[in-house]
Amino acid sequence: MKVSVDQDLCCASGLCVMKADQVFDQREEDGVVIVLDEAPPLDQHEAVRAAAAACPTLAIQLSE
Amino acid sequence: MTAEAIPDFPFDRATALEPPTELAELREQCPVAHVRLPSGDTAALVTRYDDARAVMADPRFSRNLARDGAARLSTTKDGGLFSRRKMGSEDISEGQGHLRWRRLLSRSFTVRRMEVWRPRIQAMTDELLDSLVAKGSPGNLSAGLGLPLPVRVICALVGAPSEDQDKFAHWSRTMLTLTRNTQEEVDEAYQGFNTYVSDLVDRNRANPGDDLLSELTQISDSEDGRLSQAELIATVRGLLLAGHETTSNMIAIMVAMLLSERERFEAVIDDPELIPGTVEEVLRLDSTLSAIGGVPRFITEDVNLSGVEVPAGSTLIPNTPAANRDPRKFPEPERFDPRRENNQHLTFGAGPHFCLGQPLARMELQVVLGTLARRLPSLQLRDAPGDLQLRTGGISGGLQDVWVTW
Repeated sequence: MKVSVDQDLCCASGLCVMKADQVFDQREEDGVVIVLDEAPPLDQHEAVRAAAAACPTLAIQLSE
Repeated sequence: MTAEAIPDFPFDRATALEPPTELAELREQCPVAHVRLPSGDTAALVTRYDDARAVMADPRFSRNLARDGAARLSTTKDGGLFSRRKMGSEDISEGQGHLRWRRLLSRSFTVRRMEVWRPRIQAMTDELLDSLVAKGSPGNLSAGLGLPLPVRVICALVGAPSEDQDKFAHWSRTMLTLTRNTQEEVDEAYQGFNTYVSDLVDRNRANPGDDLLSELTQISDSEDGRLSQAELIATVRGLLLAGHETTSNMIAIMVAMLLSERERFEAVIDDPELIPGTVEEVLRLDSTLSAIGGVPRFITEDVNLSGVEVPAGSTLIPNTPAANRDPRKFPEPERFDPRRENNQHLTFGAGPHFCLGQPLARMELQVVLGTLARRLPSLQLRDAPGDLQLRTGGISGGLQDVWVTW
């Protein structure tokens, strides 16, 4: 799995961090998403898919 | 469709907690339905999940109903909250200006910053519950906990004195009128609220603290184009209003929804791990928080929703309670299931205007539910669920005082 995000779309909801805090974080200065692990291990995949589906602006792209 | 055939909206309902039956009928038979608003104007009610989400998330669609041709909601001459001219804060309302404005605020609402608030919210909840319990059963949960908790939290976060809560509550309610207030009352509320916030900014400037207002005042005073004084005042007013009219209503609604079918509450007492999922189901199944079910959008381009061509110049109301019960999205949608997976309800919206205060609201609801389950496991509604009454006359709905026994 490969994870990428569109920071220009991000509305800083933090939902991805709530779903998968091993893979996503928020920038201190404005809450915009950062990816901690662009190729997360298998045991994170389900949480990452949930984070992508929950994103209010669909700013998370996954390729599997 | 003739003018006579257009139904009045909001629809009536049998009891406060049950959504009007028309919503499910429309969702199945007429997913984009004309309705007549209290102003007399018409709008289109969007009741399916995918359509409602598309309308909310599309950045081309405007929340500014002051535009020519947009429907007015309220009976006041100005047409209500969404039709009012924004007076100096237009730039932060939409598009790139809105995104930049959100970037200034969202640093205060990150998951990490919210966790710092959890113990404070817990302490405030315990203190309010102590007073409620000390007064004895039955207690007014709305007045004793539902309203004061979110007000104290937002006041502490913004840096405003919570002693003035009755003033903001009055102004907020008046600004949100659908049918209950006159134009004169609305104008007075704006004037009062703006003067109050402007004084607050001045006092805060003289004596800054470690709060959002101090941070925003510094940004505004730097005059680097990030936030004008008018935008600062609109922002603070908006935060205080949101702190009153949303989470406070939702706390009372949550308690009513869980105690009206008490096994929902008992499940949380037995297994506190169900707290987050229970809060999500309450959020999904609520149908009272907004009298109209969502923030309207004015569309400036044609759009196709469920095969219906909707022309540019229409005002659409994405109806969250209908969308959140759409069987196309949620299996067994009427079932209250705290273990539901992928519960992507639209109660906080979708797209670039997704609720800024969402992490704070979720945390407050979770803390309140956990505290009630732990400290007052014998909690019950004083009245029969069918006797609960809606707050009416405003864009923001919710329930009238919810009384509990323990």
